[in-house]
Amino acid sequence: MTALSVQNLAKTFTMHLRDGVVLPVVANVNFDVLPGECVVLGGPSGAGKSSILKMVYGNYGVDAGAILLQHHGEIVDLAIADPRTVLTLRRDSIGYVSQFLRTVPRVSALDVVAEPLVIRGTDKSEAQQRARDLLARLNLPERLWSLPPATFSGGEQQRVNIARGFITDHPVLLLDEPTASLDATNRAVVVAMIAEKKAAGVALLGIFHDEEVREQVADRIVDVTDFAPRIAA
Amino acid sequence: MTEPLLRVENLTKYYGSRLGCADVNFELWPGEVLAIVGESGSGKTTLLNSLSATLEPSSGRTLYRMRDEQWRNIYELSEAERRFLVRTDWGFVHQNPADGLRMTVSAGANVGERLMAVGDRHYGHIRETALDWLGRVEIAADRIDDQPRSFSGGMRQRLQIARNLVTGPRLVFMDEPTGGLDVSVQARLLDLLRGLVGELGLAAIVVTHDLAVARLLSHRMMVMKDGRVIEAGLTDRVLDDPREPYTQLLVSSILQV
Repeated sequence: MTALSVQNLAKTFTMHLRDGVVLPVVANVNFDVLPGECVVLGGPSGAGKSSILKMVYGNYGVDAGAILLQHHGEIVDLAIADPRTVLTLRRDSIGYVSQFLRTVPRVSALDVVAEPLVIRGTDKSEAQQRARDLLARLNLPERLWSLPPATFSGGEQQRVNIARGFITDHPVLLLDEPTASLDATNRAVVVAMIAEKKAAGVALLGIFHDEEVREQVADRIVDVTDFAPRIAA
Repeated sequence: MTEPLLRVENLTKYYGSRLGCADVNFELWPGEVLAIVGESGSGKTTLLNSLSATLEPSSGRTLYRMRDEQWRNIYELSEAERRFLVRTDWGFVHQNPADGLRMTVSAGANVGERLMAVGDRHYGHIRETALDWLGRVEIAADRIDDQPRSFSGGMRQRLQIARNLVTGPRLVFMDEPTGGLDVSVQARLLDLLRGLVGELGLAAIVVTHDLAVARLLSHRMMVMKDGRVIEAGLTDRVLDDPREPYTQLLVSSILQV
């Protein structure tokens, strides 16, 4: 049984402020991700890798196609789901580690990390304990935990983001270059965490520009250039 | 939670022959925060007032699920029922705190008054609850007997929020809640609102022209232009993948720091 099935997905951007120019991004995107598998989207910058990831998370709309996910024992098509359904999918079924952390003023790193568990109803002190464990594992200095991450370095923010994405047991996890600004030690920690997610049966879909990391985590590479839209003449 | 709290059907408001807002349809569920964005004159405040029983629409209906689970058209309630709703089950946070507070009675009384409206008569309990709420909105306990006239803008706004939330409303309307405040004060207020809304499971409708406020507070948003909703959906999708020319213009007009 697939955990995530992307079928005939297509996306264009219409730039109304640029005289309505239409930018085709991808077309006929087809791939599946099985539980316990890490599929990596490959291809050069601008091929549409991030756009695919954002569509799968519901952050971008789609022009055509289906994004099928298991949710509370049923198959749901996120491509046509209403906003409330997308929000419950994100709460319970699909996680996302974005490239950049969007910080909220005055919320501590610890609470940023614990939040996905808290909104699912986990007791706050238990959620914070799990957050502490993850931040410690990712070598984020303890003196930073109680501070809002707005002033953190890129690598520190990325580790907060990774901890936030990995704290839940969502069956599908999307990773947008989670190791881009990490040193070798922390890259190795993230590689180990991905291996643990796979062992737990989580389906992972990611973008990794770092070749070494990609080789360590990828079970399959889906070449996004295969989905380049044909430009009508 | 299997039912919405609010159901809006074809809501339209004309001022004489001039259009305020037209054909607005949406549902709001418990715990959901909806942002209404658009520039001045787009009809968002007209819509908010029509939803909150302050401005009778020209046509269309606003149905609210009362605490007894009965669906009622808010413009067909008796005056007593409407007053009860506005004083207890709803909150209204105005842009200008002076519109939502009584400036010449103490901070404690401003909070306590809403409790008395739901029948609390025990002075000690009222004062204790007021103190608790002042603490939650970060107003020092020794200011409880001061009048809001002597408060800063940010403090007044926090007091207005405490006054509204003390009765445990299920739905809160907010009209530019951070408008007119310094950015540092705004951030504090937004963080406070975000925490309280999540903690209390409130449904809220927030009118704002500030897209950053919408992103921080809301789950869903509606973009209004010339009295009509031109785009609606998940907040991060509308902001990151706007479809309509006007929404693209709004999003691209945000100044980066």
